[in-house]
Amino acid sequence: MHSDIVVSQFSGRPMYLQIMDQIKQKIAVGDWAAGEEIPSIRQLAVSLQVSVITVKRAYLELEREGVIVTQHGKGSFVAPDPALSPRLYEEELAQHLDRAAELGTSLGMTEKEIVHRLRKAVDQVSETRLEKENS
Amino acid sequence: MSDICVRFTAVSKKYPHFLLDNISLELPAGSILGFIGANGAGKSTTIRILMGLVRQDSGAVEVLGHSMPADQAAAKQKIGFVSEDMRLYGAATLAWHMSFVASIYPDWNQAYADKLVRRFDLKPQQKIKGLSHGQRVKAALLLALAHQPRLLVLDEPTTGLDPVARREVLAELMAVLADEERTILFSSHNTLDVEQISDRIAFIDRGRIIDFADKESLLDRWRRLRLVVPATAALPHLPGIVEVGGSDRLPVLTTSQFDPSVLSLCTDRGATVQAVDTMTLEEIFVANVQSRRELQPA
Repeated sequence: MHSDIVVSQFSGRPMYLQIMDQIKQKIAVGDWAAGEEIPSIRQLAVSLQVSVITVKRAYLELEREGVIVTQHGKGSFVAPDPALSPRLYEEELAQHLDRAAELGTSLGMTEKEIVHRLRKAVDQVSETRLEKENS
Repeated sequence: MSDICVRFTAVSKKYPHFLLDNISLELPAGSILGFIGANGAGKSTTIRILMGLVRQDSGAVEVLGHSMPADQAAAKQKIGFVSEDMRLYGAATLAWHMSFVASIYPDWNQAYADKLVRRFDLKPQQKIKGLSHGQRVKAALLLALAHQPRLLVLDEPTTGLDPVARREVLAELMAVLADEERTILFSSHNTLDVEQISDRIAFIDRGRIIDFADKESLLDRWRRLRLVVPATAALPHLPGIVEVGGSDRLPVLTTSQFDPSVLSLCTDRGATVQAVDTMTLEEIFVANVQSRRELQPA
C-alpha cells in the first residue's frame, strides 16, 4: 500500500518534506482516496526505514494543512474535503515557481529574463497541445 | 514502569587520561537514540556504564527501572547487547551459540531466530571462525535480537559492514521498532545511519554531551547561510553563529539557532541572502565539535 514512497538522504530536501510531497501526490492523483485509512506513523516509519519522529513530523504538518486527519486510537485518514486536489496543485505550482525564481536568480538572470522564459514555456505547452489537436 | 527506558543523571567517571563528565540523558521507550562521537569521545565508556560493566564514580543510571550497576542481573534479562569487542566462540557453530543463549533467556523466540538466520543469510552449522566480519556482526545481532529484549544496546553495529549487510541490519532494527515498547540505543560514527533511523541524537565529544535533541528539531535549527554584503554594510550579528567562512563580501555563516527571523536580520542590515542550506547530521556534528574545540582547546 505504501511501498512506493521513496525517501532519499541525498536530495538535500528534508526527509519529512519528501514524505509530505509524496503523500500529497498520492492523494492528488487518487491513489489514496478521500476518507481512506493510511498507514500508521510507526508502520510507515518501519516500511520506509526512517525514524518514527520524521514520519510523525510529516503527519503533523499534513494534519495542520488539512490534508489528513488523525483520530486518536483509530489511526490516520485522508481528509474527506473534496476541494483538496486543486489546492494541492496550487501549492505544487507555487513551489515550482519559487524554485524557478531561485534558480533563475542564482544563474544571474534578470527579472525580465525569468518572466520571458516562463512565457516561452507557456507558449511551448500550448504549441504542443495545438499539434496534438491537429494531428 | 515509567516510560523512560534509560536515564543517566549527572554520571561521571574519571580515568587517568579521560574524564566522562556529568552525562545526563533520557531515552523514552519506543524510540531510537543515535549516539555520535569521534573515536575516544566516550561512547563506549558510556555504553559500558549503561550495561553495568563499569561502575560510575558518581551519578545515577537507571535502565528499564533498574538501578545500575547494582541491579544489573535483572536488567540484563531485558537487554540485548552487541559490541565490537564482543567475541563468539570460534570453534563453536552458530547453532551452538543459539541454543546456549536460548538456555539463558526465557524469552528466546526460536521461530524469530530461524527467520533471522534466513534473512541474514547465515548457516547455523557453520563454525564462527569461518565467518566473515559481516557475518559475525549479523550472528551477534541475531543472538541479541532473538531473546526479544526491551532495550537493544549496539556499539557501532554497522561499522565495517558492506552496503547490503548494512541495509539488512538497519531494516531489522526498524522492524524491532514496529513494537512501540522496544527501545534502541546505538553508537556510530556513521552519521548517515544515525540520521536515517534515529529519533533522538546525542553528540558526545571529549567526555561531554555537547548536544542532545530530537532529530527533527536538531536538523531544523542548523543552517548554512551564504550572504552578499555590500561594501557599505557590515556583517550582521546573528544568533547562534558557530562558524564564519568565505570572504568579507561573500560570507558563509553556520548557525545553530536558525529561524526565519534570521533572514530579516540580514536584509535589514543591507545584506542579501543568497542561499539557506540545510545541513547533514555529519556537517552539523563536525561544525559543532570544531567550534567547541576552538573555544576551549584541550
